[in-house]
Amino acid sequence: MSVREVAAGGYREALPVLAVSAGGGLFAGVVLGGMEAELEAIPGLLLLVPALLAIRGNVYGSLGARLASALHQGLVEPRLSLGDRRVRAAVAAAISNGLAMSLFAATVGFLLVLLQGRTASLAALLGIALIAGLVSGVVLTTAVVTVVFVGYRRGLDPDALAGPVVTTTGDVVGLATMLFAARTVIALGLVGGSPA
Amino acid sequence: MLPLLAVLTLVELGSGLVLDTLRETLFEFPSLLVLVPVTIGMGGNLGSILAARLSTAFHLGLLSFSPDDERLVGNTLATVGLALTVFPAVGAGAWLLQGLFGATELGLPTVLAVASLSGLVLALIAVAVTLAATYAAYRLGLDPDEVVIPVVTNTCDVLGVVVLFGVVRALV
Repeated sequence: MSVREVAAGGYREALPVLAVSAGGGLFAGVVLGGMEAELEAIPGLLLLVPALLAIRGNVYGSLGARLASALHQGLVEPRLSLGDRRVRAAVAAAISNGLAMSLFAATVGFLLVLLQGRTASLAALLGIALIAGLVSGVVLTTAVVTVVFVGYRRGLDPDALAGPVVTTTGDVVGLATMLFAARTVIALGLVGGSPA
Repeated sequence: MLPLLAVLTLVELGSGLVLDTLRETLFEFPSLLVLVPVTIGMGGNLGSILAARLSTAFHLGLLSFSPDDERLVGNTLATVGLALTVFPAVGAGAWLLQGLFGATELGLPTVLAVASLSGLVLALIAVAVTLAATYAAYRLGLDPDEVVIPVVTNTCDVLGVVVLFGVVRALV
C-alpha cells in the first residue's frame, strides 16, 4: 500500500463520523453561545464546563460499554424496563457516580475561583451540579439504554453504538441541562450578591 | 472507578481554568463560545481515530516506527487532512448559526481563521501525542488498544482548550 492509498482510505473512512460529531458539537456550541448571560451572572460556571461535559462522557460512556458487554454475555435481556436487577444497578451506579463527580467538580471549581481573589456562590455551583447532574443523568440513561437495547435487537453491535451516541448527545444534553439548571438557580435567588 | 474519575475531573478543571481566563473575550464575542465544545471534542476524536488505526496495524505486525513507514505517514496525512476539512466547515457553521440565533459580532474571515488554525495546530498535536503514546506503549510492552486511546482522548481534550486560547489571543 502506498502512502497515498493509506491516506485516502483513512480520510474517506473517518470523514462521515467526524462530520456527525462536528454537527453535534456545533449544536452544543449554540447552546453555550446562548448561555452567555448565565455564564456572566454565575462566576465559576464557565470554568466548570469542560469538567461537567467530560464527566457525562466518561460516566455514560462506561454505562453503555457495561450494558453492551452484559448483552453480549447474555446476562441481561434487551427489554426496555428497569425490572432487571443488573440494569438497575448499572444505571444507579452511573447516576450516583455522575452526581458525586459533578458535586466534587463544583466544590473544586468554587475554590479555584476564590484562589483568584474573585467571589463565587458555592450554593449556586452545587445547585447547578445537582440539578444538571440529575436531569442529564435521566435523559442520557434513557438515550443510552434505548439505543443499545433497540440496536441490539435489530442485530447491530451495541459496542459500536454506545460510544457515538454518548459523544454526540452528551455535550448537547450536558449543556442544555446546565443552562436549565443555571436559570433555575438564578430564579431561586441562589446566586446572591452582584454578578461581578 | 471513582479515583480515576476524580483525577480526570481535576485535569478537566485545569482546562476549565484556562477557558475561564478567556472569559472576557468569549463574552464579548459569543461566536467564539460556539467553537468551544467542538474544539474540545474534535482533538480527542482525531487522536483516537489515529490511535485505533496505528494500534491495529501494530497488532497485525504492519507498523514500524520509521519516517518511511507507509501506514504511519499515510494515517498522519489523513488526520491533518481531516482537520483541514472539518474545522473550516465548523467555523463557517458557527458563524452562520450564531448569525441566526444572535448577533454576529465577529466577521466570517476571523471565525474561519480561528477555527482553521485551531484545527491545524490541534491535528499536529494529536498526531504527536498519539505517536508518542503508541511508541511508549510499544516500548513498555503494553497493549496500545488499552492504554493509548484514554491517554490520547483526555490529553487532546485538554490541549483543545489551550490551543483555542492561544489562537484567540493571537488572532482576536
